[in-house]
Amino acid sequence: MILASVITFKLALAAILFVITLGIAAYSTYFERKVAAFMQDRIGPNRAGPLGLLQPIADGVKMIFKEEHRPTGSNRILFILGPSIAMLTALMTSAVIPWSPKYFEIGGQKYALQIADINVGILYVFGVVSLGVYGILIGGWSSNNKYSLLGAVRASSQMISYELAMGLSIIPIILGSESLQMSAIVESQHEVWNIFKYPLGFLIFLICAFAETNRTPFDLPECETELVGGYHTEYTSMKLGFFLFSEYVNMFASSAVISTLFFGGYHFPGMSLLPAGVAVLVGVGVLFAKIIFFIFFFMWIRWTIPRFRYDQLMHLGWQVLMPLAIILVVVYGAIFSFI
Amino acid sequence: MEQVIFYGLALIAIVGALVTIFARNAMYSVLALVVTFFAMAGLYLQLNAEFVAVVHIIVYAGAIMVLFLFVVMMLNLNSVSSIVSNNTSVKWIAGLFGLAMAGILGYGTYVTTLPARGVNAAENGTVKVLGKMLFNEYLLPFELTSVLLIATMVGVIVLTKKEE
Amino acid sequence: MQLTNRSKQVSNKEMTFSERMYLPAIVGGLRVTFSHMLKKGATVQYPEQVREHSAVFRGQHVLKRDAEGRENCTACGLCAVACPAEAITIVAGERQKGEEHLYREEKYAVEYDINMLRCIFCGLCEEACPKDAIYLTDRIVTSNYERANFIFRKEDLVEKVALEGRIDISKRKKDK
Repeated sequence: MILASVITFKLALAAILFVITLGIAAYSTYFERKVAAFMQDRIGPNRAGPLGLLQPIADGVKMIFKEEHRPTGSNRILFILGPSIAMLTALMTSAVIPWSPKYFEIGGQKYALQIADINVGILYVFGVVSLGVYGILIGGWSSNNKYSLLGAVRASSQMISYELAMGLSIIPIILGSESLQMSAIVESQHEVWNIFKYPLGFLIFLICAFAETNRTPFDLPECETELVGGYHTEYTSMKLGFFLFSEYVNMFASSAVISTLFFGGYHFPGMSLLPAGVAVLVGVGVLFAKIIFFIFFFMWIRWTIPRFRYDQLMHLGWQVLMPLAIILVVVYGAIFSFI
Repeated sequence: MEQVIFYGLALIAIVGALVTIFARNAMYSVLALVVTFFAMAGLYLQLNAEFVAVVHIIVYAGAIMVLFLFVVMMLNLNSVSSIVSNNTSVKWIAGLFGLAMAGILGYGTYVTTLPARGVNAAENGTVKVLGKMLFNEYLLPFELTSVLLIATMVGVIVLTKKEE
Repeated sequence: MQLTNRSKQVSNKEMTFSERMYLPAIVGGLRVTFSHMLKKGATVQYPEQVREHSAVFRGQHVLKRDAEGRENCTACGLCAVACPAEAITIVAGERQKGEEHLYREEKYAVEYDINMLRCIFCGLCEEACPKDAIYLTDRIVTSNYERANFIFRKEDLVEKVALEGRIDISKRKKDK
């Protein structure tokens, strides 16, 4: 392919993925409320449109038209920068997710449904996740409110703490697939999905993913009654909307990463039986099904488990998950070097 | 094209570094430093050193600078006097060290002959090559660094541990 | 005293290792919440769906007319006396010549106010009424923003003259 057509293809892919991400995130808000309702024997939003399907749009319109308020003494630039960074980093993660096998042919042209197949893809994910902390910190600090600041420190130290265990928990995968490249990691799961090879790694990764996305049971920023909310206490209107919405985008992104790293990405049983073109299409669908299942799982957990206290959260992160992850690395390191 | 990007990134890095030094608000200093790190990561990317670039962002921007931000936010550095020292002798010493550092770096770049960008430039930055280099040619410095890190870590734990 | 058989004896004993892992408990919890997803909710979509009242439900009052469309009430004041909440205020008046088609007796209520904020819907006014004039229907007293609007005037209480405007008294009465 010539460069121009490659760039056009990638740009189109990025645009499509952007729209899909926002769409899924928007409908996750609806889905969350429905799931919550069903789990509590209620009905959930059903007034806006048939089955309440227009609810996300109504919510968005409401958010935009709400009164803007900026606390006195807050830093104007940083106050806007905070939610922007939160949203930006949330959207950046899915750039390295491979949505199809690398290079399938349409009319002699080779295509791969992946925006950037960089050879350190998995580290890129961690880099972007670690930058998400800035949105929270800047947002909390620039609010000129000590509770926002404390909330920001709380949320970001939570994210940093769990990043460590998260990073360690995927080292067995990297050792097993001998690559940091996302496409290679997915290809290495052609026979067996990683979940069956590294169940403990998956468990640690999953728990850390909950902590990284600030979801229950680690959703301390959400508790208004006990902790005066979190970093977004002073935010109103669409700026608050960005913070809240970035949580859902993050949920989509981490579901995508979990499906890619542990559940074989676009692989599904009986993939080799189908003709190549059909397999690619079904593969994309299967990957999205996995992602949606994990989004549901995030919600399922949210309406099941109560919130951790802050010291319990730190205890779990540093004294349970970290040692477990280190043991995991040592054990799998030994296995891979001696066998 | 490549040169335009290089000079753009270099300019961002230098401006960021200058803002870091001269900003009156410590918060801006830290954020400007983060911007500098990003520009440098961009420069690494131009050299096909993807691993170094990403690790640079994870470690410096993602971890170290966040801890800096913690400290800055907690200290409430509103007054200028608290971060800008008025001690003239300190300024002189700092200037001297800065000049010495610049001299060393300048000399270093002057003496070293950089290898021409070969055909396998794309291969040089990959994790495989980097790992082989670290554990063969640079094994001793690598292990020494790890010993240093372990020592620091133990020190931190001892310092933070409450007296029983 | 045991109210239900679902009470559990709690103890402070050390948790075993598998209990401290919490994972089995979490899976158990997940099972519970998922089972609730499949259950049917108890919600009634109120304005569209109305739940049936119990047979003895007592709601908003109505002042009845007789078959010829004349008001039954004779302003005897027994209802106001019977009312434990003192919600009823009556001003009586004498029927003039030519008003015989409006009022059944020669004395009638010029004003008949019920303060719905005071009313406890006990139905004693209904019991006290010798003329079958006041009944508690199964209609719900509508909400309002103003206190003053909760004092129902006579024109709010008397049913319409036209037959289709007549208010069916509650099932409670029909069953009697």
